[in-house]
Amino acid sequence: MDPVLLSRIQFAVTIGFHYIFPPISIGLGLIIVIMEGIFIKTKNPLYYKMTRFWVKIFALVFAIGVATGIVMEFQFGTNWATYSRYVGDVFGSPLAAEGIFAFFLESGFLAILVFGWNRVSARTHFISAMMVCLGAHFSAVWIVVANSWMQTPAGYHMVGEGVAARAEITDFWAMVFNPSTVERLTHTVIGAWQAGAFFVLSVSAYYILRKKHIDFAKASLRIALFVALFASVMQLVTGHDSAMGIARHQPAKLAAFEGHYENEPGKLWLFGWVNEKDEKVRFGIGIPGMLSYMVYGDTETPMTGLSSFAPEDRPPVNVVFQSYHLMVAIGMGLIALSVIGVFLLWRKKLFDQRWLMGIFVLSVLGPQMANQLGWISAEVGRQPWIVYGLLRTENAASKVVTANQVLGSLLMFTMIYIFLFALFIYLLDHKIKKGPGEADEPPAHHLA
Amino acid sequence: MDLNVTWFLLVGVLLTGYAILDGFDLGVGALHLFTKTDKERRICLNAIGPVWDGNEVWLVTGGGALFAAFPMAYATVFSGFYTAFMLFLFGLIFRAVAIEFRSKQRAAWWRNAWDISFSVSSILSSLLAGVALGNIGRGVPLDVDFEYAGSFLTLLNPYALVVGLTTVALFAMHGAIYLVMKTEGDLHDKIRQWAKKAICIFAFFYLLTTIATFLLVPRMLDNFKAYPFLGIIPVLNVLVIANIFREFRKKRDGRAFISSCLAIVCLMVLFGIGIYPNLVWSNPNPEYSLSIYNAASSPKTLTNMLIIAIIGMPLVLAYTISIYYIFRGKVRLDASSY
Repeated sequence: MDPVLLSRIQFAVTIGFHYIFPPISIGLGLIIVIMEGIFIKTKNPLYYKMTRFWVKIFALVFAIGVATGIVMEFQFGTNWATYSRYVGDVFGSPLAAEGIFAFFLESGFLAILVFGWNRVSARTHFISAMMVCLGAHFSAVWIVVANSWMQTPAGYHMVGEGVAARAEITDFWAMVFNPSTVERLTHTVIGAWQAGAFFVLSVSAYYILRKKHIDFAKASLRIALFVALFASVMQLVTGHDSAMGIARHQPAKLAAFEGHYENEPGKLWLFGWVNEKDEKVRFGIGIPGMLSYMVYGDTETPMTGLSSFAPEDRPPVNVVFQSYHLMVAIGMGLIALSVIGVFLLWRKKLFDQRWLMGIFVLSVLGPQMANQLGWISAEVGRQPWIVYGLLRTENAASKVVTANQVLGSLLMFTMIYIFLFALFIYLLDHKIKKGPGEADEPPAHHLA
Repeated sequence: MDLNVTWFLLVGVLLTGYAILDGFDLGVGALHLFTKTDKERRICLNAIGPVWDGNEVWLVTGGGALFAAFPMAYATVFSGFYTAFMLFLFGLIFRAVAIEFRSKQRAAWWRNAWDISFSVSSILSSLLAGVALGNIGRGVPLDVDFEYAGSFLTLLNPYALVVGLTTVALFAMHGAIYLVMKTEGDLHDKIRQWAKKAICIFAFFYLLTTIATFLLVPRMLDNFKAYPFLGIIPVLNVLVIANIFREFRKKRDGRAFISSCLAIVCLMVLFGIGIYPNLVWSNPNPEYSLSIYNAASSPKTLTNMLIIAIIGMPLVLAYTISIYYIFRGKVRLDASSY
């Protein structure tokens, strides 16, 4: 087998699995800050109990995030050595900055958040919660900076030739704020807020359905629902910004999103199936001119189609088309769900709607799928490039690593990750069934 | 001091931080099966409970810094040591998972299974980290494009294995001394005896590594021959290790632990002097070696990174010190413990 293909599969497996966890940490971190903030303000023991429960869940999610994340930090070197040599001068800095500014902050203060209840004051504990939340967000900042540079490289120049060719930095801030950083970062972070919010929503709705821990569940659900509504609506805005940026900077990717081949006004497909052989979208419904309208405010403006790119410069179109459209559909569904939820909450009817609680329980999967699909659109849509327009994926892998070695590690990671996932679900289920501790009364010094 | 030397030192500081901090975590893991009752095991586990994942961040950041400052070395070492490194990651993942999951169920089989994986994965990770360092010191075959030209078996040479075992012994000693500081009562007295044995075992391997270096890798001695005053480092190293016994006799466990930390600093400095100015020595073709100059990023990146380090490292030290301060004292098991 082809070692490059195996390395790509391994990267997809390891990052895809890893990315189940950090978004929950980011979103749940924010919700924990809100909960503990309310407790600090009101001294209501209910919010103390909520904070303690969700911190336990956070710790579990974080542990798997760390265990799987450490693989990511080194995989550039192990499997993508040529890439690492080529871009290390530019790409290494944000990774190191992530370690220094984000990981230490997050993991350090997490110790206080989880184990420090009886060792620090209520205020210090709350500050620790904020620091953990901030650390999780910083981590998103630096990793999205690094990834955005691969999408829209800026602030560098090329030196050397042949095997010695490499990108060298010319302007650090132009690299950090490359053309796609801001819109991709907001889109990623808000996707993470959705992941956290719908996670809390799901567990809380489960308690309400089971008529257990009712006060706890209602209060958690309310907070989660407002975060979910805000994030889901905002995601429409950031999603639109991202698409506009892609239209400007990565036209081949946008064309793949919509299966757009000819240089003509762009259709916006609601769904469809791209036949890459005859370069047509089949079995679909599309709104003529709508894509042009959304990008240029005019239905008549022609848009760059895939026919402008040589076949070897095009991404796999149908995969990108499907993942992109599914992501958008799920995003719309999440908006509808949170709007209905808030409306019923306002009418004081929410907690009687068992059908809606049932949907809420399942809704945790929505942002998870949308986040994965979004990254598939972004990363597969960038192909055949590993750094857009600069370095091809096929030329970026480690030359000395054999197919058998990668196959071995791929099998190892796949097995470990299946095992880890089973364990995660088992323990999560255990914690949820156990519920918030009835004994979780705030220590006296937290009430003072 | 130029930028490249500064970054050689900074990457060294991060990896030394990792060796000191995760070193005792790995050592506690290596000793884990020697404790017999569940309560004792939980006390030992919770001695590292709040800090182990923060300690692992030193490795992640060290890796990131190596990538940013010396991308050629990062790429060559990690692709070249592929299988060994994957096993190392396997060890670290299992260590993390075992710590996290061990105490979540009461069943004896569950806890035993995780205890074994905690211990085995800690030993495996320590051994492989040491084997990697041993190979960097000894030199590995590189080709004209600075790509690794050996195989997995090339890495399992006697010298590297001796360094690997020395690392296991070092971490076991360090972990035992850490546990002495964090425990009390019978367990404390028991572990103190282990610590003394562990120091002797480490001293044996230290001697063995020294002899092996003289015989097999004399190149590591070049800088010491050129600058004889550097001979103070191995002398200091022996003194701080001897001091551990002295502090134990005076019941100053905290100081014994600091001595153990200093012993690790001395060892890392010895290693750094031994390889300087190379990062990956090419053996048998020394002209293909990766040094802190031909493996480095541009001066601009090294400068940017230095600014990041100057802003970030004081913060990191501040968090680390405050966390250790907050969790000072003997281990107390409570509802949030592992």
